[in-house]
Amino acid sequence: METIDQIATKQGEAEKDGSASVLAVEGLHKSFGSQTVLNGISVAVSRGETLAVLGRSGTGKSVLLRLIIGLEKPDSGSVLIHGQDIAGLGLDQLGGIRMKMGFLFQHSALYDSLTVQQNVAFPLLHHKKEMSKSERNDRAEELLAEVGMEGALEKMPSDISGGMQKRVGLARALALEPDILLLDEPTAGLDPISAGEIDDLVLKLKQEHHMASIIVTHDLHSAKAVADRLALLNEGNVVIEGNFEDLQKSDDEFVREFLKHS
Amino acid sequence: MSDRKLHAVAVINPLLPRQPLVSVSPRASSSKGLIHQFLEWFGDLGIFFWQVVRAAVTPPFEVRELIRQLDEIGSKSLPLVALAGAATGVVLSMEGRFSLTRFGAKSLLPAAIVFSIIHETGPIITGLVVSGRVGAGIGAELASMKVTEQIDAIEASAVNPYRLLAATRILACILMLPLLTLAADLSGLVMGWVAQALVEPISFHQFINSGFKGADFNDFLPPTFKTMVFGLIIGLIACFQGMRTQGGAAGVGRAATSSVVLSSLFVILADVVLVKLILIFFP
Repeated sequence: METIDQIATKQGEAEKDGSASVLAVEGLHKSFGSQTVLNGISVAVSRGETLAVLGRSGTGKSVLLRLIIGLEKPDSGSVLIHGQDIAGLGLDQLGGIRMKMGFLFQHSALYDSLTVQQNVAFPLLHHKKEMSKSERNDRAEELLAEVGMEGALEKMPSDISGGMQKRVGLARALALEPDILLLDEPTAGLDPISAGEIDDLVLKLKQEHHMASIIVTHDLHSAKAVADRLALLNEGNVVIEGNFEDLQKSDDEFVREFLKHS
Repeated sequence: MSDRKLHAVAVINPLLPRQPLVSVSPRASSSKGLIHQFLEWFGDLGIFFWQVVRAAVTPPFEVRELIRQLDEIGSKSLPLVALAGAATGVVLSMEGRFSLTRFGAKSLLPAAIVFSIIHETGPIITGLVVSGRVGAGIGAELASMKVTEQIDAIEASAVNPYRLLAATRILACILMLPLLTLAADLSGLVMGWVAQALVEPISFHQFINSGFKGADFNDFLPPTFKTMVFGLIIGLIACFQGMRTQGGAAGVGRAATSSVVLSSLFVILADVVLVKLILIFFP
């Protein structure tokens, strides 16, 4: 019989050669009261791959990300991160898993009482105890430079624009060098130029860090630009999954309707 | 994990959306609905408390945030508490003089002021002032963090929000309430003496000697330390109401209001029980 270490080693090797999913969601159900949001959804992402989850507003795209990072508990189904099911884990047990994930919130969710630099240094302050204050600040500065925000270190989140807040949120999500990046509507509410800049940034990060990423969006142009695969959600499940050409070839009425209006 | 277990995990989350306790709703219109709602709120509060205790006693300890909260809750409440204590001392002196003169017991005025302040007025005034200032502050701050997903962001950064946000604030309330009570007691006594000295000259030394005649530590320590329970109530209710908020700016307002209303109410109710217990155990 294999030990846990052996299973983990095998999973790690399989992830490296791309034959295993870093993140897999299987048969996930989630309801709020009588409203079913996710109805047995299954998706998987490998190392270095980006999956864009598309769909109309209110189809459970953001809920899917919240389930993956453990902010919501599923009614049934499993969320496998590096082969480990996190669906039933408690807050402290989830901590170790969450350190491997970076999350960009739809409205950035920057800490409004901290400066931009302190926001990015926040995960380092709590998880990299061996780092001195100056090392933390240097690292935060590096991350902010990576997203083009090196000039706003001492600014408060309320003093910067929505696009800049997204960049800072992205820098914070990268602070612990995650294996998995979850982006909730990274271009929502941004002008086309800022949205394009965010897309370029996501592509650059993907090439440099080789993370498994899930991007939730209803912006088809953005999804097409940054994702390797697209999954279109409707009524709590995946209608179609594949590349952009697969979506274009589809005869499904909902897919055609979605493409027509995008 | 089985579906049933997962469902149980979801059900015991005390921060899941519920009917607000302080609200007017059709469901609350019947007494049965109100009782059900109260029991549900109380159950959630109990689970929340358990999670905070569990987070507080396991490392890593959030010492930096605790120190920040001690300053926020303690130092910044000091002027208000001292002022409230001073006003109480003056009122007690004026009212006491008026009443005791009628019964020919004017010489007991220093003792009446001292005993009234250290036994009851100082602690309860401190509790109520702190529940107003700190309860509203914590409730609104955490509620605002909740509706802007900042608490979710803390959790997503693999930091336990019960430990970072709730345990530190509750512990700071517990530790600072007795110290603030001492400040309220002191300013009440000083201003009580000033008010009396303005009418009838008496030295502070004489006033204190006369006031504390026959008093011992049992008159002073239990009433001061009972305010630790007030601190627990204020911190716990404010954190709980703040962290379970829903509904944008209106939700933040509701959380701030309900934090003050409920913590003040429970401070007064706890005082009744604590006074009885002190009389039994420290006669």
